Amino acid sequence: MSPPLLGIEVGGRGNAPLMSSSASVDCISQSGSGLKERNYLGLSDCSSVGSSAVSNVSEEKKNNLNLNATELRLGLPGSRSPERDSDFNVLTSGKLDEKQLFPLLPSKDGICSLSQKPIVSGNKRGFSDTVDGFSEIKSSVFSDGKWMFNATGSDSGTPQSVVEAKLAGNAGINVMLSNNSSGAQPSMKKEVPTRAPQEGHNKMNGSNNNSSAPAAKAQVVGWPPIRSFRKNTLATTSKNNDEVDGKPGPGALFVKVSMDGAPYLRKVDLRTYSTYQELSSALEKMFMCFTIRQCGSQETPGREMLGENKFKDLLHGSDYVLTFEDKDGDWMLVGDVPWEMFIESCKRLKIMKGSDAIGLAPRAMEKSKNQN
Amino acid sequence: MAYSFPEEVLEYVFAFLSSDKDRNAVSLVCKSWYEIERWCRRRIFIGNCYAVSPQIVIRRFPEVSAVKIKGKPHFADFNLVPEGWGAYLYPWISAMARSYPWLEEIKLKRMVVTDESLELISKSFKNFKVLVLSSCEGFTTDGLASIAANCRNLRELDLKESEVEDLSGHWLSHFPDNFTSLVSLNMSCLGSEVSFSALERLVSRCPNLKTLRLNRAVPIEKLPSLLRRAPQLVEFGTGAYSAEIRTDIFSNLVEAFSGCKHLKSLSGFWDVVPAYLPAMYNVCSRITSLNLSYATVQSPDLVELISQCPNLKCLWVLDYIEDAGLKALSSYCKDLQELRVFPSDPYGAEPNVSLTEQGLVTVSAGCPKLQSVLYFCRQMSNAALIAIARNRPNLIRFRLCIIEPQAPDYLTLEPLDTGFGAIVEHCKQLRRLSLSGLLTDRVFEYIGTHAKKLEMLSIAFAGDSDLGLHYVLSGCESLRKLEIRDCPFGDKALLANAAKLETMRSLWMSSCSVSYGACKLLGQKMPRLNVEVIDERGPPDSRPETCPVEKLYVYRTVAGPRVDKPDFVWTMDEDAALRLS
Repeated sequence: MSPPLLGIEVGGRGNAPLMSSSASVDCISQSGSGLKERNYLGLSDCSSVGSSAVSNVSEEKKNNLNLNATELRLGLPGSRSPERDSDFNVLTSGKLDEKQLFPLLPSKDGICSLSQKPIVSGNKRGFSDTVDGFSEIKSSVFSDGKWMFNATGSDSGTPQSVVEAKLAGNAGINVMLSNNSSGAQPSMKKEVPTRAPQEGHNKMNGSNNNSSAPAAKAQVVGWPPIRSFRKNTLATTSKNNDEVDGKPGPGALFVKVSMDGAPYLRKVDLRTYSTYQELSSALEKMFMCFTIRQCGSQETPGREMLGENKFKDLLHGSDYVLTFEDKDGDWMLVGDVPWEMFIESCKRLKIMKGSDAIGLAPRAMEKSKNQN
Repeated sequence: MAYSFPEEVLEYVFAFLSSDKDRNAVSLVCKSWYEIERWCRRRIFIGNCYAVSPQIVIRRFPEVSAVKIKGKPHFADFNLVPEGWGAYLYPWISAMARSYPWLEEIKLKRMVVTDESLELISKSFKNFKVLVLSSCEGFTTDGLASIAANCRNLRELDLKESEVEDLSGHWLSHFPDNFTSLVSLNMSCLGSEVSFSALERLVSRCPNLKTLRLNRAVPIEKLPSLLRRAPQLVEFGTGAYSAEIRTDIFSNLVEAFSGCKHLKSLSGFWDVVPAYLPAMYNVCSRITSLNLSYATVQSPDLVELISQCPNLKCLWVLDYIEDAGLKALSSYCKDLQELRVFPSDPYGAEPNVSLTEQGLVTVSAGCPKLQSVLYFCRQMSNAALIAIARNRPNLIRFRLCIIEPQAPDYLTLEPLDTGFGAIVEHCKQLRRLSLSGLLTDRVFEYIGTHAKKLEMLSIAFAGDSDLGLHYVLSGCESLRKLEIRDCPFGDKALLANAAKLETMRSLWMSSCSVSYGACKLLGQKMPRLNVEVIDERGPPDSRPETCPVEKLYVYRTVAGPRVDKPDFVWTMDEDAALRLS
């Protein structure tokens, strides 16, 4: 028996309107056969709810989609960013209109309130915020109460058992589709998931955050999708061609960062930082997990807050220092030379124990004196 | 039960089957065919090193002479997979060293290869012939020295774009004086200078050398010496192609190139001085493959070169070629099958070259055999995409990267849904597609409806909702690899299409909206999938269940959960749910 899975009722019952491909329809009917809708929460099937809306669902849905598309086009020409965001707004509300056709949970109030979420404007990188908006919207759009995730999002109750209960029918989407008596179980409140995703996303897109955008265009990690090998080669090529005229060099500058005792390396793009402070904080974050282990095996992995402070102490204290290998192969302390000079000559970084780094500082100073 | 043919006959027949698909089909016919086939399969392809274990492979296929293994997900090329993620070669080598003493070929992609592994390879396989390390990392030139020194029958050493810690160029000098079997050497990714005299001697004593791709450190003046010693070369990659303009260097080059009557492929061309390009004109009429993707040369010089290559099938070039150059390409090179245009200044705010969508449209119109495209540009329109689709329904690979994320049709400011829709509708044999620009769920509806042969799809900054992901997962019948970044796809579509994931090699989702809870659920319910959460913020259970994970990598496997995971990778499985909740 194939493992049971959550069925999706995309946009309400009957996916047919949304997916016009015959393949999908076949898919629907195939997996629809022999499946019973299950009512896990002992609520009555509300088969009649909104059934009158079903027949015209396809038309209305399509029209709604088209309408939405039209609305999108009415966005402001010229300035892309604000338009884009208004697009999202429009789309959001458009989808909400669609939702009213389907016998979704009554929590329309809940749905409407979601649309009030402000979306960062003029900010392409505010994608994370937009996405958060969507994760909420999605839950309202697609939920028919079967998606217990959302319901359990806010109560820390027994997600396990509730989720178990939800798994019905066969693999794939189409469990509920052939059944008209679908998911409207009005008392299944569509609860708004906690706002945790917001924080998560912002943290995730930390490197993309506008607040840390350097003077040059804010760079998204891994975009455009060009291999490091090519990026680094191009960077060196243009340097050789003397095309760099005072503006920051093209491309990224990835260097490896290793740490004594850490099992593996990291790579950082030096061009995403403009000061030693930025680099240092980024490295702290990256290597925090190693120091937690090192400074106390008794500590459980979850104790990040404690560890963070400890790491800062470690880095600023005498325990660890940041060193770099320059083009000549010499190891020197980071921080002695101006930032621009540093990134020109840095080939790799190493977080060493303070005791190992004794004697490095004077060399760095001397060297830069000699070079000057 | 009497068999119609003795086993030996069946085995003889099976030997004619080279494709894995055919061999897999044969193994399913009956138990005896399975047995016969597994004893005579010599070449193994492992598309995901974690989908199977060395032990399982060896148990089933006891006599293997060639292995090809792929490791990290494709997005690792763009630094989306943190360092230390995995894909270690060593466990494979140590297992194979014991069981496949006659292994001849190892081809790897995106794996972590250590000097230790290389040394073990060089010492364990007496008849070792072919080593291809494509986009690999973790080794130094010392590892190469072991290979050079110990692999007496080595034919091929190809380091395609690997990240090698270049300690020195001495490794090349480790090839013994009586070593003569080299057929192919690609060291283009290395930085250090090798001993030129060692290189010369190596080239001289290997009469079967067909491919020689040098690294940047080999200066242009030294090329004639090598070319003269290897007139049989078919594929040649130069080093830095620049020097002050001197007639003697130029004429030496012309002469040396002329002597190579079999040259079909040229590459290298770092730091090109355009005046030296004409030195190659003598061989251009036979050239079928040209990699100028490091050549920072302007369009007129490129056009002059390309106009000499009527038999060109494959061109990799920088966007310096511009629309004008692509127009010339489309008129001179009617045999063109593959075109890749890379950006010369991807991070600049303003375009630095006059390359637009028009160039691609022109090539699609003029080159009837064009089937594979990778194109970086800054503007695109639905009209252009529709034209390309109509011109070239024979496209197999179409990867378009509009540099600005979510850039709309620059003429109408609409999303590019209809444009890409036209691509998938007309190009019925399309196997690989990469999307970019402003895209709504609608494009995914088109893809799900039409792209029935699509095997690999790359999506970034696209879509509006789970519907998009759902269209793809439910509609694309041939889908094997799906990689997604920064899209508003979440739990619903993923869970609803969970069974689909078992029919695919892998799914990558990063910076999307898949919650930890959904990942756990997926992992619990799909025991034949490894559902791995990659999150550098710390254990996922230290955050609420609804919190989206940073990265998700799901792949089918018969090897169970990984045993070599780093700190930032968590496998969602039944145990995980109990352990972590």
